[in-house]
Amino acid sequence: MERIRLVHGNGGKFSHELVDQYIVKYFSNPILNELHDGAVFPVTTGRMAMSTDSYVVTPHIFPGGNIGKLAVCGTVNDLAMMGAVPQYLSCGLILEEGLPISTLETVLQTMSDMAQLSGVSIVTGDTKVVEKGSVDGIYINTAGVGIVPDYVQLGTSYIESGMKVIISGTLGDHAIAVMGTRYGLDLPDTIQTDCAPLHKMAHKLLETFGKDIAFFRDPTRGGLATTLQEIANSAQKGIRLQESAIPIREEVQAVCQVLGYDPLYLANEGKMIAIVRADVADEVVQVMRTFTEGRDAVIIGDVVNGNAGKVGLQTAVGGIRLLDMLGEDQVPRIC
Amino acid sequence: MNKITLTEKSKVAASLLERIHELHNPEETVRFMEVCGTHTVAIFREGIRQMLPKGIELISGPGCPVCVTDQQYMDQALAYAAREDVVIATFGDMLKIPGTTGNLWQSKENGAHIEIIYSPMEVIGLSEQYPDKKIIFLGIGFETTIAVIAATIQAVHAKGLKNVFFLISHKLVPPALRALLSNPEHQIDGFLLPGHVSVIIGEQPYQFLADEYHMPSCIAGFDGVEILAAIVNLLEQRKEQTFYVGNTYRSVVAKTGNSVAQQLMDTLYEPSDDGWRGIGVLPASGLKLRGEWSAYDALVQLPLGTFTTSDGPKGCQCGSVIQGMIHPDACPLFGKLCTPEHPVGACMVSVEGSCSAWYKYGFSSGGMTWEE
Repeated sequence: MERIRLVHGNGGKFSHELVDQYIVKYFSNPILNELHDGAVFPVTTGRMAMSTDSYVVTPHIFPGGNIGKLAVCGTVNDLAMMGAVPQYLSCGLILEEGLPISTLETVLQTMSDMAQLSGVSIVTGDTKVVEKGSVDGIYINTAGVGIVPDYVQLGTSYIESGMKVIISGTLGDHAIAVMGTRYGLDLPDTIQTDCAPLHKMAHKLLETFGKDIAFFRDPTRGGLATTLQEIANSAQKGIRLQESAIPIREEVQAVCQVLGYDPLYLANEGKMIAIVRADVADEVVQVMRTFTEGRDAVIIGDVVNGNAGKVGLQTAVGGIRLLDMLGEDQVPRIC
Repeated sequence: MNKITLTEKSKVAASLLERIHELHNPEETVRFMEVCGTHTVAIFREGIRQMLPKGIELISGPGCPVCVTDQQYMDQALAYAAREDVVIATFGDMLKIPGTTGNLWQSKENGAHIEIIYSPMEVIGLSEQYPDKKIIFLGIGFETTIAVIAATIQAVHAKGLKNVFFLISHKLVPPALRALLSNPEHQIDGFLLPGHVSVIIGEQPYQFLADEYHMPSCIAGFDGVEILAAIVNLLEQRKEQTFYVGNTYRSVVAKTGNSVAQQLMDTLYEPSDDGWRGIGVLPASGLKLRGEWSAYDALVQLPLGTFTTSDGPKGCQCGSVIQGMIHPDACPLFGKLCTPEHPVGACMVSVEGSCSAWYKYGFSSGGMTWEE
């Protein structure tokens, strides 16, 4: 068997073969191995968080990762940003007829590795195969649940003037790594996706600082600017950023200049924004920096009085640029 | 971004701002036009407009190629797109520019074969991919883009490709500036000249601004500091009443420009009268392919029948915006019927269009101001 065929999705012998030989091989655990239509698992008292996301990135494989890495880390991170400890994931695969099995195996292997790294089990799933041309190779949906500890109190309503805005690392790496592959650009090896699970760092912060942390969010689609704009809107507070403090790799900046992209609007897959009380901000940064995924953490701005719903970027020359939400996708310049 | 550089940048910017305050007479209002759309965006991105003393106003000019592309050109593109045997190759921005009967996005949705490309050279691949089709590249742009497209035409010629054509509407910056100044009601006190265009043409083609119009002008880069330095230069020329073509972008712009690119342009093109959206036809303000290159001229090889071109979208003030007569937010459609998501006029289409920049970054749109 070298390629996925339509019969692999018909629910019969071929489907079983696909599940047994490949999916169970990579995801095996006692709950999944029941191979029922759903999963039964024990729960504890308290609050649970749930999240779902679909992954349609093209190309499927790019520097530093693939669609499977995104599918696990993305949902794990969505749970982590709610303050939850991620526990169980589901995995829905939509495969295009003709997809090389080797590609599927690469993706499944990565999902398995990432699930292990994130301490989650993939406990149920579904696989469909559609005619060639109906999807682009492979689409993945994951949903996840996790437990929210009692000491967690996160939400835009807890954001107050004077709080500090922290970013866990450099911006734009993921988007440029994917775009570079898509357009066949010859980019330096240092440009790789930042895709990584953030729950360990998020949890260490919540354990250490409790309610001094008001809000977490990962700046994925729309980038830092759009995410902060949403936060400012929802909290009805102003946010002032310092341009000179925002970490962007020189090589990412260079590619952005050539292609006409603004790194503040580019997607990240392994970064988090934390909004915290000013008196613990420096300590929060120190704790983040003890993690690989937080090694470039830095304070980039603060929550200010007035200017409700606005995000102002203090530029190096001393002006203020108001950051809007991402409108249309950024397109390369023509002059 | 390199933090040391940004710290240094802050210091230099502070001293330039001090100099601007020294040079500016608070009794008077001066209006400097940034000709280029990239400058318009840079000025907003750096927050420069708000930093300047009250009496110094920056107005946006005609230097966004998408904005000045006229209705007739878009109608020609739409007519070609409707042909079964044609593949239109174009930069993405062009798809949203309005023509009389719609735009190219609508054509694409209705089945027209339109390929969005990132480099004109991609037409060579398209020619090989679709040997039975006629590939038509929409060649717009100022001096910066013209040389690149000229090089593409030469490459197509060298390869002997017979199915690649160019619908050319190239615009020249200096004749446009002359046209703006020949309007007796103009309100321009100086020009921030476009950096990229000047890389190609150098300083000399702007000399008439000083000689004939006693108009301060300065070629500027696109960094906040370079823009502030150019404003200092304009104020100095104004104060001392000595006029010349300033250049605060010397690391990139040579006095005589890029002679290779100039020769290439001269080999392929000759000056022509050209239509500017909202302004009309300006004498010798564009370029057309010379007769010996007409094998690649879409209008010569694939003639279009006659059709009527409308005056442009109703109520749209792009013409006045391009000429610096009004700020974009003075247009009654701005931000209401006309937004970057749903553009009515061409200036709202490109990210470097005046209206789009004013909308995206504009302090004046719906009270978008930052209070300290």
